[in-house]
Amino acid sequence: MPRLDQSRAKSRSDRGRCTRGIGIVACLLRLVALPPSACATDTLTITTQGNGKGAAPCMACHGADGGGMPSAGNPRLAGLNAAYLQKQLDDFAGGTRASPMMQATAKALSEDERQALATYYSKLPVAPALAKPSVPMPANDSVGAVLATRGRWSEQVPACVQCHGPGGIGVGEHFPPLAGQSAAYIEAQLKAWQRGARHNDPLQLMQHLSSVLSAQDIHAVADWFAAQPLTAQEPTR
Amino acid sequence: MKTRLALLCAVLTLSGCSWQSTSSVDIALPVAKGTPASRATATPTGVVQRSFTPPSETQIPDGPLGDVIRQGRDIFTDAPTHASAYVGNTLSCSNCHLDAGRLANSAPLWGAYGMYPQYRKKNGHVNTYAERLQGCFRFSMNGKAPPLDSAEMVALETYSWWMAKGAPVGVKLNGAGYPKQDFKPPQPPDYARGEKVYAATCALCHGADGQGQQLAGRNVFPPLWGPQSFNWGAGMHEMDNAAAFIKANMPLSRGGMLTDQDAWDVAMFMDAHERPQDPRYTGNLAETRAKYHDEPNSLYGTEVNGHLLGAPPPKQ
Repeated sequence: MPRLDQSRAKSRSDRGRCTRGIGIVACLLRLVALPPSACATDTLTITTQGNGKGAAPCMACHGADGGGMPSAGNPRLAGLNAAYLQKQLDDFAGGTRASPMMQATAKALSEDERQALATYYSKLPVAPALAKPSVPMPANDSVGAVLATRGRWSEQVPACVQCHGPGGIGVGEHFPPLAGQSAAYIEAQLKAWQRGARHNDPLQLMQHLSSVLSAQDIHAVADWFAAQPLTAQEPTR
Repeated sequence: MKTRLALLCAVLTLSGCSWQSTSSVDIALPVAKGTPASRATATPTGVVQRSFTPPSETQIPDGPLGDVIRQGRDIFTDAPTHASAYVGNTLSCSNCHLDAGRLANSAPLWGAYGMYPQYRKKNGHVNTYAERLQGCFRFSMNGKAPPLDSAEMVALETYSWWMAKGAPVGVKLNGAGYPKQDFKPPQPPDYARGEKVYAATCALCHGADGQGQQLAGRNVFPPLWGPQSFNWGAGMHEMDNAAAFIKANMPLSRGGMLTDQDAWDVAMFMDAHERPQDPRYTGNLAETRAKYHDEPNSLYGTEVNGHLLGAPPPKQ
């Protein structure tokens, strides 16, 4: 996987290829060869093989390029804000965000490992194939487009892009990108906010917003964002 | 024929249901499909109806009139791009007039349009609606007034007229302006308390430094003070305006969340920060305060936390 190697080389330029190779082998043999601490934060190894303490390899669900598995509802991680990613991992570990797989994984990771993984994925470039959405763009007057770009102010719902940025490209550490994200994932999260199953949002913004949305609204707005290119630069309203 | 009918039905359904970005202040009264409500009229018994629902964006007509209305909407929601000659900061009208000027209790255009011409203490004469808009550019946008016959001014007036179509003239409608009436702080507003409210509920979007958040040089969240915010002559620098706006509308989507005291305290915190000079500055801070800001809701020319607000004026 040359892409991973490149990224890793960028983020860990202080370590040579040789050392890295030894590290991976050492990790594989760590039970017999090395004390656990020697490779606890070898990030690439965790993404490809897990940490050997119960954390599943990230790539199994999020893809080798961090692009996720859209149809399965597994979100893209590549290029997301590091602080946002770390908060999600911490929240899975602490139980304020629920997911059987992610809670088990996050709990099995040390704090350092969670931080290292968040940094790793934030620096992972979005593969060119992912920048161009494969799903069709809903019409400008579709329910999803209107909710996303105008909102529904009669029910105190601002346009999604007012916080998530033009075209949903993401803003800072609190408002993750929605553009080109898995529609199934966005839909599942909106429903989780709505049920209260996910409740790690600042100021309960998403829990409140989602409470007035219908299932059709949620489906439509998720489809709209999934169809947005990651380089979208529409003005906010 | 059948197909055409079905298509028409589909279009009507779309315009009736999917573009409901209207903001009625009287939600008990249903809106007639496809027509802007015009209920704010005198009834036979002489009782004035004060509720009004503006038209939705889909009701902007096609053709040259519609084009100018859309131009007005574009300026309103993205002034730095569409009225760049007259804007001196990064703000847009829709930062303080939410939902593109449509939202009740967020100084909606439909609540303002019919209230002009009006005598204003601020400048001591009768102002037309257009002159009122000029004031927004000069103070809130820290820019310069577009000429009355400029394309920008015509577009904004046309957009406002369209949004207010059917509303009565000279009637203060429910939801007009910011809800300031009887909105008083239980205790005098306090900077230190406001700072805590800011950190807990505002910094998330506007940043710990109040400078908002930008993408590619454009605001996603507007700056609340500093060189890219409204100047000392803008209405939002007065604490009663800011507190009423904040109480009704902030944080975005959670309007009404803050207590009255919190809204006043955080309004004071925001308005006790430095911002661009009042363009009417006479060269003397005390004199400028006496002339234009002699009221308790303005902190201009007063000292807060050892800092004399409004001085020294930023060098142009």
